[in-house]
Amino acid sequence: MREQSQAQSAVRVVDVWYEVDSRWVLQGVSLEVRTGEIFAIMGPSGCGKTTLLKLVGGLIKPQRGQIWIGDTEISRLSEVGLTPIRKQVGLVFQYAALFDSLTVYDNVAFGVRRHITRREKEVAEIVKQRLEMVGMAGTEQLYPAQLSGGMQKRVGLARALAMNPKIVLYDEPTAGLDPIMAETIDNLIVDTTRRLSVTALVVSHDLTSVFHIADRVAMLHEGRIIACGSPEELRANPNPVVHRFLRAGGIVQDEQTATVQERDR
Amino acid sequence: MRYPWFHLAEQATQVVLFVGDIGILLAQAIGFVLRGRWELRETVTQMAIIGAQAVPMVVITSGFTGAVLALYSTKLMLEFGVGSLAGGAVALAMARELGPVVTGVVVAARSASAIAAEIGSMKVTEQVDALRALAVPPVQYLVVPRLIACLTMLPALGVLAFVTGVFGGYAVAVPIGVSSTSYLMGIRDLVDTYDVFAGLLKTVVFGAIVALVGCRAGLRTEGGAAGVGQATTNSVVVTVLLIYVTNFVLAYLLFGGR
Repeated sequence: MREQSQAQSAVRVVDVWYEVDSRWVLQGVSLEVRTGEIFAIMGPSGCGKTTLLKLVGGLIKPQRGQIWIGDTEISRLSEVGLTPIRKQVGLVFQYAALFDSLTVYDNVAFGVRRHITRREKEVAEIVKQRLEMVGMAGTEQLYPAQLSGGMQKRVGLARALAMNPKIVLYDEPTAGLDPIMAETIDNLIVDTTRRLSVTALVVSHDLTSVFHIADRVAMLHEGRIIACGSPEELRANPNPVVHRFLRAGGIVQDEQTATVQERDR
Repeated sequence: MRYPWFHLAEQATQVVLFVGDIGILLAQAIGFVLRGRWELRETVTQMAIIGAQAVPMVVITSGFTGAVLALYSTKLMLEFGVGSLAGGAVALAMARELGPVVTGVVVAARSASAIAAEIGSMKVTEQVDALRALAVPPVQYLVVPRLIACLTMLPALGVLAFVTGVFGGYAVAVPIGVSSTSYLMGIRDLVDTYDVFAGLLKTVVFGAIVALVGCRAGLRTEGGAAGVGQATTNSVVVTVLLIYVTNFVLAYLLFGGR
């Protein structure tokens, strides 16, 4: 049963602790992301969401605990040992982190040329497919500075998807975007996750986005997971911190507000 | 209250960390080069930026350095009746000391700062993390091309500095009263191949310093635009200091007995 559970897990985080400047940013975080699902981690700014994402992406190492990608424990792997894992895990950064000296084409082709194929014809085909998938066809020769924030995020997603990852990590995918662009990005996350059969781990404090796209949601608060479940389960969660956060984000209403709205109707 | 010894110990720790960082960076870069994992296109780009674009500055600074050297030495030599040595004196100084140091300092001012600023900006905008996320080691993509560019371009610029310095000296010494032939004969008499090659060896070492200090400063950048500014300044200061200190050590080792 345990083996079966592990096989179904794309990502497992087990009792992870992470310290920065004598402060424990993460305090015994454990969670499991199932293969093929969209799992979102929400929480207020500074609660450790991005740190957790970077740990899962192997960009930083925890002081304690284990991080499993599939059946590989990555928290003690060297940079060389992490290379095959990184080819399986795409990361979409909060501000896209496109290479500003390269064109959109070269950004998307960057990983492809180094890890998939050196034949430029095949590279061009992959780049074309991924840019079309995120609705950015025709921008190949532009530089990142010539793109809006939303367009940069879409190119960042195309760059991550070009490596054919099994897992895609999204860091605040809708932060700083207008509602229409945020919805576009949300739809892209759902669409690409389903079409490419990948697993998505999203960290965000945009609750509308989280409850729109996620199959399951966890709430991180002061370095700890305080709730985890389906969006419906989170809505019904009695924890006052969760309830207050969801109420502030307009996901749930308190009884007083609901009563007033009912009376006004 | 902090005791002076505590401050000294802190500084010593920083120096040890710096030396360790530079050593690790160099070892990693050599490892990638030996395994043939370096980016040709990026290397050529860096060679153009670090080498070709520095040509005007190297020509101007070394040309005037040779000229001012001739201005001081030629009159004195003519007074003592050894004006024929003027060309040799200028060429010897340019080959052994001034050519390599001027080249090193010019490239440090231009490129160590540019390297630190570029990589530092990439660091604070998560582009360095993006490289790692794409399974491309930052040392392979960022450090190796800059190191190769500096190691190959600084000797080339050193040759240019030597030649333009000698011509700069010629342009001043000949009008003052040294004949053209004796200026050139003086070079032949006083300068041998060892002087030129040992001087070029210095530029190779200076090239490594420029690349490694600049890259290290960039990769260690923290804290946004202010951090990039700090890294840029530090890289130039540290590079120039190291060039002068290393120059003395190399001069002692290479020319101490000559």
